[in-house]
Amino acid sequence: MNLPLFQAQDDPGPSFAELLKRTGFSDTVAIDSAVPASEFRHGTTCVAVRYADGVLLAGDRRATSGNLISHRTIEKVFPADRHSGVAIAGAAGPAIEMVKLFQLQLEHYEKVEGGALSLEGKANQLGQMIRGNLPAAMQGLAVVPIFAGFDVGRDEGRLFEYDVTGGRYEETQHASTGSGSLHAGTVLKLGFRESLDAAAVTDLALESLYEAADEDSATGGPDLVRGIFPVVALINAAGYTRVDDVELAERTRALIDRRQNQ
Amino acid sequence: MNMPFYVAPEQVMKDRADYARKGIARGRSLIAFRFEGGIAICAENTSSTLRKVSEIYDRIAFAGVGKYNEFDQLRIAGVRHADLKGYSFSREDVDARSLANQYAQSLGQVFTHEMKPMEVEILVAEIGTAEDGSQDQLFHILYDGTVMDEDMSVVLGGETDTIRQRFGDLDAPPTLADGVARAVAALGGPERTLAGGDLEVAILERGTGRRAFRRLEGPELTAILTP
Repeated sequence: MNLPLFQAQDDPGPSFAELLKRTGFSDTVAIDSAVPASEFRHGTTCVAVRYADGVLLAGDRRATSGNLISHRTIEKVFPADRHSGVAIAGAAGPAIEMVKLFQLQLEHYEKVEGGALSLEGKANQLGQMIRGNLPAAMQGLAVVPIFAGFDVGRDEGRLFEYDVTGGRYEETQHASTGSGSLHAGTVLKLGFRESLDAAAVTDLALESLYEAADEDSATGGPDLVRGIFPVVALINAAGYTRVDDVELAERTRALIDRRQNQ
Repeated sequence: MNMPFYVAPEQVMKDRADYARKGIARGRSLIAFRFEGGIAICAENTSSTLRKVSEIYDRIAFAGVGKYNEFDQLRIAGVRHADLKGYSFSREDVDARSLANQYAQSLGQVFTHEMKPMEVEILVAEIGTAEDGSQDQLFHILYDGTVMDEDMSVVLGGETDTIRQRFGDLDAPPTLADGVARAVAALGGPERTLAGGDLEVAILERGTGRRAFRRLEGPELTAILTP
């Protein structure tokens, strides 16, 4: 592995994807369309909600291959960098690889350029990566993430939805993706208030995933027996923090109590 | 017919080395040293935007003196090398020693084969995982590809002998404030007092998560400089 030095005219700039191409690392894999899409692991429901200090990202923990539960503790919510995160739905393999490349791309840019990209710039980068995955998406390996972050320039949380073609759509209140997104989205829509605090927004996100799991077989509900809870992350001026499982367990028990008393 | 004229290889190398040393001596120097919580790099730099010290990877920092465009090119190549290596293997497989060797190879190649040597001296620093700092590494690489593995502290740039003498030897890693005060005094010398605006200070700090590199700027730097 030699030191990658380039002539000025073919320098890849701060782009990590471009660097991979120039140095001969290939990140595109040809997919045999004869393999049915149900053979691959799929991840499912993720939500994002704005709240008083920033934005929340959450996702359930179930991965399925056709009608089988292939993984009970998969993670679908990741930090992208200090002030942003990404939640994924769709084919797990390509989605996790996309997140890894996205994280590297943001850090690589920051180190080469000596400063971080704007939140808008990060959202566009992710859109380009999804567009790059379009051939695989047409064969059943779609990746549809949500991107959320704290915009340090504007001092507020922002969230972005995407479609499989890389189309980028900013939402002002909440967003959801994956097979349970219809149900999760309805719960968010009914429960959303301007300036929810961190506790209230966490409860709302847990409830939305709970209802999605109730209606959608590919979304996992909270598992009190095994101690598996959704991944919930809060992103605000202080950065990305994951809500710990002890707090999530308490909130989930409270949610179930409320349901039983109804 | 033109006669090819003969120059002894010793003479060519000596001229190139003199040329490179002159270029390096024109710039300002920097000092890197181990302190109790990691490694600090303290440079005299009046620009607040053109950096001499930067982050390469999670636990690795880079510093350069001499010609800006040349050491900046090396810095970016280092970031690319580290990121590619981390991507194709694992983050823990990226280390300063292999990066220093790569730099030495490139600098040696340029020194012997190109018209003009690079007028740079660079430093690759890495903090290890050991809490006592016993695995910390400082690699000092010269314009001709010579690599030196330093123990406690290193001075890069022109007038290194004078600055090194003023800085003195460290028996044990000092506190950050003590070390920075000593480095600032050594860089400034008896006639000059360097203030926060003339300095660029960055540290690799143990126990702060994955990315250990951090700049000391503004009020934080002022607080450290005020005894």
